[in-house]
Amino acid sequence: MAEMTIEQLTRLLRDCAGEEEGVDLEGDVLDVPFTDLGYDSLAVLQAAGCVERDYGITLPDETVAEATTPRLLLTYVNERLSTPAAN
Amino acid sequence: MTTATREAPASAGRPATARAVFTGIGVTAPNGLGTEAWWAATLAGRPGIRPVTRFDASGYPATLAGEVPGFEPKDHIPSRLLPQTDHMTRLALTAADEALADAGVDTAALPDFAGGVVTAASAGGFEFGQRELQALWSKGGQYVSAYQSFAWFYAVNTGQISIRNGLRGPSGVLVSEQAGGLDALAQARRQLRRGSALMVTGGVDGAICPWGWTALLSGGRISTATDPARAYLPFSADARGHVPGEGGAILILEDAGSARDRDARVYGELAAYAATFDPAPGHDGEPGLGRAAELALAEAGIAPAGVDVVFADAAGVPELDRQEADALRRLFGPRGVPVTAPKTMTGRLSAGGASLDVAAALLAVRDAVIPPTVHVAEPAAEYALDLVTDARPGPVRTALVLARGQGGFNAAAVITGDARPRTHH
Amino acid sequence: MSRRVVITGIGVVAPGSGGGTKPFWSLLTEGRTATRAISLFDASSFRSRVAAEVDFDPAASGLRPQEIRRMDRAAQFAVVAAREAVADSGLEPEALDPHRLGVTIGSAVGATMGLDTEYNVVSDGGSGWLVDHAYAVPHLFGHFVPSSFAAEVAWTVGAQGPTAVVSTGCTSGLDSVGHAVELIREGSADVMVAGATDAPISPISVACFDAIKATTPRNDDAEHASRPFDRTRNGFVLGEGSAVFVLEELAAARARGAHVYAEISGFASRSNAYHMTGLRTDGVEMAEAIRVALDEARTDATAVDYINAHGSGTKQNDRHETAAFKRSLGQHAYATPVSSIKSMIGHSLGAIGALEIAACALAVEHGVIPPTANLHEPDPECDLDYTPLTAREARVDTVLSVGSGFGGFQSAMVLARPERRAV
Repeated sequence: MAEMTIEQLTRLLRDCAGEEEGVDLEGDVLDVPFTDLGYDSLAVLQAAGCVERDYGITLPDETVAEATTPRLLLTYVNERLSTPAAN
Repeated sequence: MTTATREAPASAGRPATARAVFTGIGVTAPNGLGTEAWWAATLAGRPGIRPVTRFDASGYPATLAGEVPGFEPKDHIPSRLLPQTDHMTRLALTAADEALADAGVDTAALPDFAGGVVTAASAGGFEFGQRELQALWSKGGQYVSAYQSFAWFYAVNTGQISIRNGLRGPSGVLVSEQAGGLDALAQARRQLRRGSALMVTGGVDGAICPWGWTALLSGGRISTATDPARAYLPFSADARGHVPGEGGAILILEDAGSARDRDARVYGELAAYAATFDPAPGHDGEPGLGRAAELALAEAGIAPAGVDVVFADAAGVPELDRQEADALRRLFGPRGVPVTAPKTMTGRLSAGGASLDVAAALLAVRDAVIPPTVHVAEPAAEYALDLVTDARPGPVRTALVLARGQGGFNAAAVITGDARPRTHH
Repeated sequence: MSRRVVITGIGVVAPGSGGGTKPFWSLLTEGRTATRAISLFDASSFRSRVAAEVDFDPAASGLRPQEIRRMDRAAQFAVVAAREAVADSGLEPEALDPHRLGVTIGSAVGATMGLDTEYNVVSDGGSGWLVDHAYAVPHLFGHFVPSSFAAEVAWTVGAQGPTAVVSTGCTSGLDSVGHAVELIREGSADVMVAGATDAPISPISVACFDAIKATTPRNDDAEHASRPFDRTRNGFVLGEGSAVFVLEELAAARARGAHVYAEISGFASRSNAYHMTGLRTDGVEMAEAIRVALDEARTDATAVDYINAHGSGTKQNDRHETAAFKRSLGQHAYATPVSSIKSMIGHSLGAIGALEIAACALAVEHGVIPPTANLHEPDPECDLDYTPLTAREARVDTVLSVGSGFGGFQSAMVLARPERRAV
């Protein structure tokens, strides 16, 4: 399956967790901590749940705790996507 | 987020007889979004009962509801909160915002732990719950939202109001069906007596979704009439049940001393309250509504003759209307007190209804006018009620608000505009 | 001064048996666990598949067929527990003034189990947004609004005084009993039948905790899955049950020669106003609730003999309350035994606070502190005495019990042997 992009991730975040006032998700947010983007761990869990269902993968429990930025989360997701056997 | 800086706790040394006064009102009602819109409609007798729009109710025996008009969630609720809140929680947060603004309170300026939240609930965020139940049963557990764990539960409005407004004092949630809208206020008053300065309280509720509708229908008290003007007719010979609605009121209840210290505008006082429970079905004994009213008046030290208006529970079910009319006749004599049911304009709002009646009582005091009961041309003669069917001008100093929750719950509150000291029994 | 309120009757329905206070206390003091693979429904598709279940037989517990049909499992628990509590108190309900007898029942999630099941039917497996009301059971309304739980208990005991359900998430049990104490103190009632119940082990609850990874995935070791304060803990174990008490004024209890388990001498709740599910690590709000509850009990922090912790077995909770104990009790926190009975009976959401009050009252009664099971290797950041593995005999005069719940609620209650306070 194709890699998940930052555009896809921010759209998903917006859909399932809303958007914090004063935060520009269109900007360069790859390395901005989720907390600075207005997303708490629950929002990231909700987004991760959507990714799991939409992409048919399973993310390990530690993912949300460790993936503190969009880049880290994308890395986890795309690693999973490229190794379907791991699921 | 603020870091924890501890200030002196607010609980020190307040008297146990602290008076509780209302200083803010926020309303989301089927006949008006916002206090002034609702109150203008209420005095004009403009109802908000219409065919259900929130879902296709055409296949159900009941098709009318009181829905809050013109509520656009994104105009009131931050984007981040939208995916995690049920419709009724959004209404509650909106009403809380209005109430706090109306009271002129800066919650950030309150001492730590001085402000709390007590709300009434009935079924929680039931529409949100339906969506997640559907996901669960049609697609599987992994499709259930991360927000389900709290968006449905009964404590959601209290929690969300507390978080949004930084209120770290005592909180609470009471569930006693339609009596809850008064029970919550009484619990808020207890917290003031225990040392809080300010409580955000009341009820905003609603479950106008197919699953909620099905549950409401099973309660056996929903009117199946299709004419909005003939569907909810409490105390009428044609009473045939009630129309469910959504919304309610959030009120700011403050310690009278704290309110005076900050020169707050005071609408009135929660002067007294009592709650009772009916005898078990099939057991002898009087229903408890009249006793609740007597206990509340006794606590207020007010004789029945001192009551200017009764906001009735107004079940709209003949047997229950008769019980309420009997209780009023025993307490006040035949046609002994003006009785009104502005909820004929909104439908019954579950945990929100009685709080909205208290808001109406406070504004009746302010504007010296009793809001009307609509659609009931005249009450059944046997009830011997002075039912107010057109807005009736005249001073209102003391109002008795009654509420009953299905299952046997009764509550009565005395609202006074007179904040002078009273003699207590 | 205000009236002093004591516990004179206890009723329990808890995991590890079919119900009853005796088996509950045996389980706790023997340090046995009641957690196991979920048997109430097929949980094979869920992440967390362990729970602490009650082996409940409603008919054998004295419920009539119509009661069994109309009541959700949680309501059934509460009615059975209430009957045990009233019998235990020695009160003759017929001899009481029903107007002075009230009921408060706490519940976090109401009739979740019944609603889950009935939704599946009326929606035909979630087949569409519109549901078929013709398939609704006649008692659905009682599931819809959980005030029916309090009504059922009131009918059972003949109460006609103040009656309500208190629903503040996982502090519902403490808050319900705290509310009842307040009603007696202020004179609104003389006797309260108060407690809490929850029966949340159903697909929707398991799914919603799966979604936030709050429950443990330790499915291959169900018996040891609830591990509060242990380094290896990774979430709570869902439980179910009920505890209900008879509360009355101390003087009245003594006058009728009633057995007094403990006085509820202080109670307070605060909110973190921070997050619906999250906790800050500093425990400030729980510490404040503890401080106010001790203050109300006119008890010095150093008098606390035992702390019954919330101890849910999530990392954030364990650290949060450890900080709260240190903040409120100071050095005395290090000298005070702490334990979590959730290690044995799981986390029954709103009910657990009442079950923990029962454990505290019995600890005072028997001079035994129940342990924290499965605690072999404490989290280095949790450095108090959590009473690992085995119960301890000790004189217990003053107990602190705390709870922490979704919505940001933090509650604290002080129970004391009544002789400790001057009348």
